[in-house]
Amino acid sequence: MSAVTKADPTTPAGSANALNQRRPLGDRGFALLALVAGLLVLVILVLIAFATAQQSTTWFSTAGFSGIFSVNWDEASNAFGAMGYLYGTVISSLIGIIIGVPISVGIALLLTQVVPRRWSRPIVYVIDLLAVVPSVVWGLWGIIVLVPWLQNIYLHIASAVNGIPVLDALFGGNAVGGASFFTAGIILAIMITPIITSLSREVIDTVPAIDKEGAYALGATRWEMIRGAVWPHSQAGVVGAVLVGLGRAMGETIAVALVIGDSDQVTSHLFYTGASIASVIALQFGEATGGEFRSALIGLGLFLFALTILVNLVARWFVERSSRRARGA
Amino acid sequence: MMAHASKSLTQAVDLREPSGWRRSKNQIMTVLMWLAFVIILIPLGFALAEVVSKGAGVISWQFLTNHTIPPNVMPVGFGGMGAAVVGTLEITGFASLMAIPLGVLGAVYLNEYGGKGILARLISFMSDVMVGVPSIVMGLFIYVIWVAHFGYTGLAGSFALACLMLPIVIRSSYEMLRLVPDSLRQGSYALGASKARVTLTVVIPAAIGGIVSGALLAVARAAGETAPLLFTVLTVEQTNSNLFSGPNTSLSLQIFANAQSAYTGANARAWGAALTLIAITFILMIVARIITARFTRFSR
Repeated sequence: MSAVTKADPTTPAGSANALNQRRPLGDRGFALLALVAGLLVLVILVLIAFATAQQSTTWFSTAGFSGIFSVNWDEASNAFGAMGYLYGTVISSLIGIIIGVPISVGIALLLTQVVPRRWSRPIVYVIDLLAVVPSVVWGLWGIIVLVPWLQNIYLHIASAVNGIPVLDALFGGNAVGGASFFTAGIILAIMITPIITSLSREVIDTVPAIDKEGAYALGATRWEMIRGAVWPHSQAGVVGAVLVGLGRAMGETIAVALVIGDSDQVTSHLFYTGASIASVIALQFGEATGGEFRSALIGLGLFLFALTILVNLVARWFVERSSRRARGA
Repeated sequence: MMAHASKSLTQAVDLREPSGWRRSKNQIMTVLMWLAFVIILIPLGFALAEVVSKGAGVISWQFLTNHTIPPNVMPVGFGGMGAAVVGTLEITGFASLMAIPLGVLGAVYLNEYGGKGILARLISFMSDVMVGVPSIVMGLFIYVIWVAHFGYTGLAGSFALACLMLPIVIRSSYEMLRLVPDSLRQGSYALGASKARVTLTVVIPAAIGGIVSGALLAVARAAGETAPLLFTVLTVEQTNSNLFSGPNTSLSLQIFANAQSAYTGANARAWGAALTLIAITFILMIVARIITARFTRFSR
């Protein structure tokens, strides 16, 4: 290998300097244009952080740390404590993850390990279809069809768990309604399944055939092969995929805004109404004419931006680690 | 019973078949994997059936061209989605005009110019992260830097959608450019072509199928977005064909407004708009699939 001189294939070989000196203006112009287009990504991200931070200083300075993290959002008295919305974002996306991840990983395993290649294509089309249905259409279906239907089921569950210690705190209560944290979680689970499925499928596809064949040669069943050969290899990548899904769930706006019920409360009751950061921005920004109200909503946007950037950075770190391991194996 | 037999060394072990419990576990897990697929089919099937059955009765030529009305008590037959159809098409169209060329250029930088340099790696990494930025943040961002100074216009909505599409187009085009074999580039360099010429006339045409289908999927996603348009285009009743001045509206905004209404007439208009929007996004997706199948020359 070392005997072969490695030329960079993307630049002309030979006396590159001489060629560079005679590079025509159009050529250099195109290179500059491409660079500017690439830099645009960084510029937009920095501008988002800067512009939203600048607009939200009013909120940060008047409310203060304890004010921001209190459960007290009342525009009439100019109190903008966002803890209820932070809580709603975390709870609804956690429910979405808990429901969505087993389904997504199940489908990813089905596609890669069970179904033959030519049959996996129609399944992939169906999952893609799920991803193309707009958020607002899920919200429309959620508020008109799903919420009334779930309301009955929730009421039955609530009366069934009445008095049972932990279950009553989670699924019971006397304010159970169709629009709730849990309904938002169900809609989020549906919406993040395509992305988690496709990312985990990519990771699982990199498991070397020799590992899988080795497991079969030792007499493993397919499930034992998945546990012993596929899982250790793709664990980190699947965690990364789940985190990307979590980021999507936290930022999902319109569908959640329509089904979560829009109320500012921190409660253990999952069948109660709530709100997420994204949903409250969408629902209240139109009526936010006062300076501090608007500043608080933009500040919430900055929170959401920081939160999703953080989650995605960690997700990338996991994916990177898993692909490094795949190359090393 | 079988499990006991396989543990005992004195008895013959059947190597062809795993023991009862192991086999049942395997079967249970396979059934669960299929079940996962069936579970996700249920909401998809129900939602699509609902949109088609409730939307089909509402849609007519009149519905697609009439001016929009606020979500009110008016029964089906009054009002339509004309302004919203025009708004969706022009806002998404102009966003695509901005985001697709810039996205492809960005991908060209990453694959053809940046190489393994630190800047290219950073841009590649950050465009991945940017795909995950919630669309409502894009809307807020454009509100702060544009709408607050120049007012609500369709153009502002296009800017927000373009911010959303840019990283998606960069990622998908980059993946496609990476598949173009180096021998093509080397052959063109050997003929004395400049780098810009090689990229524009050899590399991009070789990957055009994948680039176009990736771009169409980004357009489909942008066309269905609501959150970035909420505080950038506002809403309007009469068709506003001028993208650059005055508020506008879109199908997604109309669905959002009418879905929250308690009136059945407004809800029916929301279903009609939903069917129209889904038809637009599905057509884009099917075209993307056909292009991928037909024109992808270098695929994995």
